[in-house]
Amino acid sequence: MSTRLQTGGRLIDRNARRGFTFNGRRLEGVAGDTLASALLANDQMLVGRSFKYHRPRGFVAAGAEEPNGLVNLGTGGRFEPNQRATTTELFDGLACASQNHWPSLDFDIGAVNGPLARFLPAGFYYKTFIQPRPFWKHVYEPFIRQSAGLGQVPAERDADRYEHFYAFVDVLVIGGGIAGLQAALAAGRAGARVLLIEQTAHWGGRAPVDGVTIDGHPAEAWIARALKALEGMENVTLRTRCMGAGVYDHGYALGYERVADHSPGDTRPRHRLWKIRAARIITATGAIERPLSFAGNDIPGVMLASAVRDYVANWAVSPGDRTVVVTNNDDAYRTALMLREAGLVVPAIIDARPTASGPLVRAAREAGIRVETGRGIARVKGAKRVTGVALCAQAGEGAVLEEIPCDAVAMSGGWSPVVHLWSHCGGKLTWDAGQAHFRPDPERAPTSHDGAPFVIAAGSANGYLLAGEALADGDAAGKSAVRSLGMAAKGGAVPKAEAEAEGPMTPVWMMPQGAGAELRMKMWLDYQNDVKVSDVQLAAREGYESVEHTKRYTTLGMATDQGKLSNINGLAVLSQSLGADIPQVGTTTFRPPYTPISFGAIAGEARGDTFQPLRRTPMHRWHEENGADWEPVGQWRRPYCYPRDGESREDAVGREVKNTRQNLGLLDASTLGKILVKGPDAGRFLDMLYTNMMSNLKPGKCRYGLMCNENGFLMDDGVVARIDEETFLCHTTSGGAEHIHAHMEDWLQCEWWDWRVYTANLTEQFAQIAVVGPHARDLLEKLGGMDVGAGALPFMAWSEGEIAGVRARVYRISFSGELSYEIAVPASQGLALWEKLVSAGEEFGLMPYGTEALHVMRAEKGFIMIGDETDGTVIPQDLGLHWAISKKKDDYIGKRAQQRAHMVDPERWQLVGLETLGGGVLPEGAYALAPDQNANGQRNTQGRVTSTYYSPTLERGIALGLVRRGPERMGEIIEFATLDGTTMSAKIVDPVFYDKDGEKQNV
Amino acid sequence: MLILHCPHCGVDAEETELAPGGEAHLKRFGPGSSDAEFESYLFHRENPRGVHFERWRHAFGCGKWFIAARATDTLEVFGTYRAQTAAPPQDIRDAITAKRPGWAWRDLA
Amino acid sequence: MSEPVSALDGAACEGFARVAEQGPRGMITLRGDLASVAVKNAATGVAGVDFPGQRECHVVGERGLAWMSPDELMVMLPHAEVPAAVATMTGALSGEHSLVADVSDARALFRIEGPGAREVLAKLAPVDLSPAAFAPGMIRRTRLAQVPAAFWMAGAETFELVCFRSVAQYVFDLLKGAAAPGGEVGYF
Repeated sequence: MSTRLQTGGRLIDRNARRGFTFNGRRLEGVAGDTLASALLANDQMLVGRSFKYHRPRGFVAAGAEEPNGLVNLGTGGRFEPNQRATTTELFDGLACASQNHWPSLDFDIGAVNGPLARFLPAGFYYKTFIQPRPFWKHVYEPFIRQSAGLGQVPAERDADRYEHFYAFVDVLVIGGGIAGLQAALAAGRAGARVLLIEQTAHWGGRAPVDGVTIDGHPAEAWIARALKALEGMENVTLRTRCMGAGVYDHGYALGYERVADHSPGDTRPRHRLWKIRAARIITATGAIERPLSFAGNDIPGVMLASAVRDYVANWAVSPGDRTVVVTNNDDAYRTALMLREAGLVVPAIIDARPTASGPLVRAAREAGIRVETGRGIARVKGAKRVTGVALCAQAGEGAVLEEIPCDAVAMSGGWSPVVHLWSHCGGKLTWDAGQAHFRPDPERAPTSHDGAPFVIAAGSANGYLLAGEALADGDAAGKSAVRSLGMAAKGGAVPKAEAEAEGPMTPVWMMPQGAGAELRMKMWLDYQNDVKVSDVQLAAREGYESVEHTKRYTTLGMATDQGKLSNINGLAVLSQSLGADIPQVGTTTFRPPYTPISFGAIAGEARGDTFQPLRRTPMHRWHEENGADWEPVGQWRRPYCYPRDGESREDAVGREVKNTRQNLGLLDASTLGKILVKGPDAGRFLDMLYTNMMSNLKPGKCRYGLMCNENGFLMDDGVVARIDEETFLCHTTSGGAEHIHAHMEDWLQCEWWDWRVYTANLTEQFAQIAVVGPHARDLLEKLGGMDVGAGALPFMAWSEGEIAGVRARVYRISFSGELSYEIAVPASQGLALWEKLVSAGEEFGLMPYGTEALHVMRAEKGFIMIGDETDGTVIPQDLGLHWAISKKKDDYIGKRAQQRAHMVDPERWQLVGLETLGGGVLPEGAYALAPDQNANGQRNTQGRVTSTYYSPTLERGIALGLVRRGPERMGEIIEFATLDGTTMSAKIVDPVFYDKDGEKQNV
Repeated sequence: MLILHCPHCGVDAEETELAPGGEAHLKRFGPGSSDAEFESYLFHRENPRGVHFERWRHAFGCGKWFIAARATDTLEVFGTYRAQTAAPPQDIRDAITAKRPGWAWRDLA
Repeated sequence: MSEPVSALDGAACEGFARVAEQGPRGMITLRGDLASVAVKNAATGVAGVDFPGQRECHVVGERGLAWMSPDELMVMLPHAEVPAAVATMTGALSGEHSLVADVSDARALFRIEGPGAREVLAKLAPVDLSPAAFAPGMIRRTRLAQVPAAFWMAGAETFELVCFRSVAQYVFDLLKGAAAPGGEVGYF
């Protein structure tokens, strides 16, 4: 059984007890535990089920590489699936549950997959279930969906908050082991701005566990001194619980700080995503031990030898009473020695190497531990827990020589440097045959904006697995980083780390080397995704030669652990199957993040009210208090209508339209873009920008204009007012202001930079209020301050003065067809003027109206709307706007494009009005049907609806649409398809439905 | 994520402050141009693996356009200069040559 | 005229830094040739502070001059003085290609005060806010989460920040969240 030892545990405080629950069972751990160590201390080795076969699974590792120990963690608003128990710090009241099983962890119906495993080989998704076709939908897919998937989806809104933080440093050191600490010391002493981040809550990495001494003292003493020195440097920042998640172009890196995962509900943000820009990045990310591939290597109780050591040394937890060690290297002997020292039984060390003779081997032998060289494990006995191992000759086919009872197996297949962060941004690897691993190739480091290498690997992440070399490499990395930045590295003796010497390891990719099919089917490579040696071999036989293809076909390394344990073993098996060298086969691509990071951290502040900017006009609060029903227009919120008690939206819109046409309406038009264009060349510039002539507009007058892009397509429209000889104010569509302003600046800066024109986006300087309807003039005259009579202020003119005591510019323009004034006042006066208009307008029957009434009224008048009648493929000529396209100008933006053959094709769809025969309303976007079908068997079309409304004025449906040769076909009746498969008939008519001669707006 | 030096305001701006504007140094063809000229102006773009000249706007900063000489394969930036420049300045071309002898872009080399 | 109303009517909150929307402040955009003596005189004449160099911002109380781009300045002064200042500047620049526009009401102005002020902004803007990189006398136009903004320092621990008026509430909510107690980073 796994249990808490009586003594030891460098990270725990035995006196601080921490209660938690697992699958509802109350358990107890101590402060400093991880969830994994606490579960193991309670003999809970079985923690989950595998993804495909639902095999029972226990902890394999003790850190970020753990593939099995995933739990549903937390409750309510703090529930989160797939949390690694090995990287979850225990806190009082933690609640977690195992996942991926039904009905219970101990008894899982899905495990029926196990015996059927032979029918679920690599690529089974692609081949086994394809035929017969109907079975896929009705049998296979529901079955797979039921049995697949990890964890549960959170049901409640996330209770926590998250944030980002931008940091700029000279040197970012990722990894707080001895190499990282020394690198930070070296860089910090040189005066560089240094940020050192460590993913766990503790500094020092593996050195204290592995019995390393530094300068003659235990590693822990040196680590404490190093930390003290670093804390004393003002230019160095230290951060634990902060994982280097990714390294990106130009020295960008993400640090994932788990601020409050271990103290949920305190006032702190749960996670902080550090967006770091570093001139140099040192990846001191350590190394990960590889499993060995023997039959039954996934049975709970089989663990990495280093993990067994971690549990004993860090948390005083013994994974088993009798632990067999199986290895191909000397390092795993440390596990045997440590277990023996802790008073536990090590029945045997099974060493696959023909001979073993290093100091650690000698020490084990001297301690009386049985060492079997040239041997391997034929298979592990047990189901939900290891009960023993069967020995065989490593060189043979698996004939059992002996069975050894045990309840744990500590395996070691050698170590692989964590090269992920080195590789994220293009760092290349080199194969180290001696250590049988890929390590960073310093000649091919990722390069930055200046072409210089910006990532430096250090310590065991750089292939220096021995403590002495790792520490020296960390020092060299720190110094090399600062030197490359032009700083002088300070001298000083490099601390000397010492550990027992190690003899050479021997690569072992399969145990035993001649294992037959039965055994290979039980050798797991990827624990989480249930990929076995036999699957990779099958893929190779089926022709998958590329490691990237094999990965996707078998799903090797595609689980949440991204193959941290399985990657090298899998590609070694593949290369053997292909008869190729490992470096020839290569690795799959390492992509960020290193381990999964929360969506909350990625979103940061962008959630809830600050999910995206919401733009409010100066009168926003009034609209809110007066029952506005909102419509998003770009990022603006505009009132769609103002429903009164018991009124539907449709009724409200109808009332607002009728009242505006008959009495008086008030519209908040502040969202309209307002761009000032000024300079001696302003007229010339606007002549290029708009399709019509603007340079001959008289000061005091307004003119409607169309703006196209260089493709000829209509992009914006609006009224231009000439302020004085050199100054124009260009109105744009709501939400168009920023991009039209950018469009203007683009042409001014990049094409006509010798033209003397300045622009300023004044959109938000003004609140703009449209006073619309037969009583519009009455209201303004009542408020007084300036002459708004037809003589002083005729249609399409503007004038400046005061309205109700507010400095204002009044434009006599109309988008409704009614008598209309648009009044612009400083935004700080907007609400005050609006309220004055509302109260003074009472006697004239004033009602505010929203965007829908605006739309209905403009459609009744046949006025186009950018975004409705246009979609980025429509030219002004399509919309019958020839009157607004100058014939006199040699050039304007889009003119040449409008001469292209396709643009002058008479077959183009063109704007018409549409009147349904029955008075009904055409569906939005409906297509006009044409005879026959196209090559794809779809019905041919000859037009589409662009705007469609019920007109309260005409008491019938009206629509605008683009129809093939439309204007030539007045009076013709065409059919429109509706969503329910029926059709509606509509007559092609003039697009102006109301007041064709414009008499009402011109009074 | 790129960092580009804005030659107008002097800020080393990260990509999120910038707006891309596509290939630089296009010659505009308007009315009177042939179909082939106009097609080339409107649609034909370089797509090099290596040295490229691109327009960027410091959209969240000073609002000015500039041109970056950049390697599309390594993301190395050889230099940035104001958009009010008809052709890549000599110092930029020299900087590219120093790093990538034998480079070519359109009719430049 | 009614009393001018700022976007949020002086909303404020206390976190590990204090965030407060400021009352209306006069702001005038001046575009022109910044090397021109007329432009320099027009700007310093109404602002009463030294002419700023590239990315500099000189502020004394409500008056100030900020370098916005190679051909743009922001002139700050009390809100009530704007109409007269615009007229004065326009007059002074009559012979000069330039643009003078009142933008006071187009913006919202915030103050972020306290020892944690740098950290509040460093959560939202991709800018090096360490004291070595950003100090009084400088201005930075940048991105605050998803909107444009500009900020400068009005003291050792005080930032002033402008954004567009329509997103004042968004920016206030951002700053409030970034300054919420418990969010201290301890970096600067």
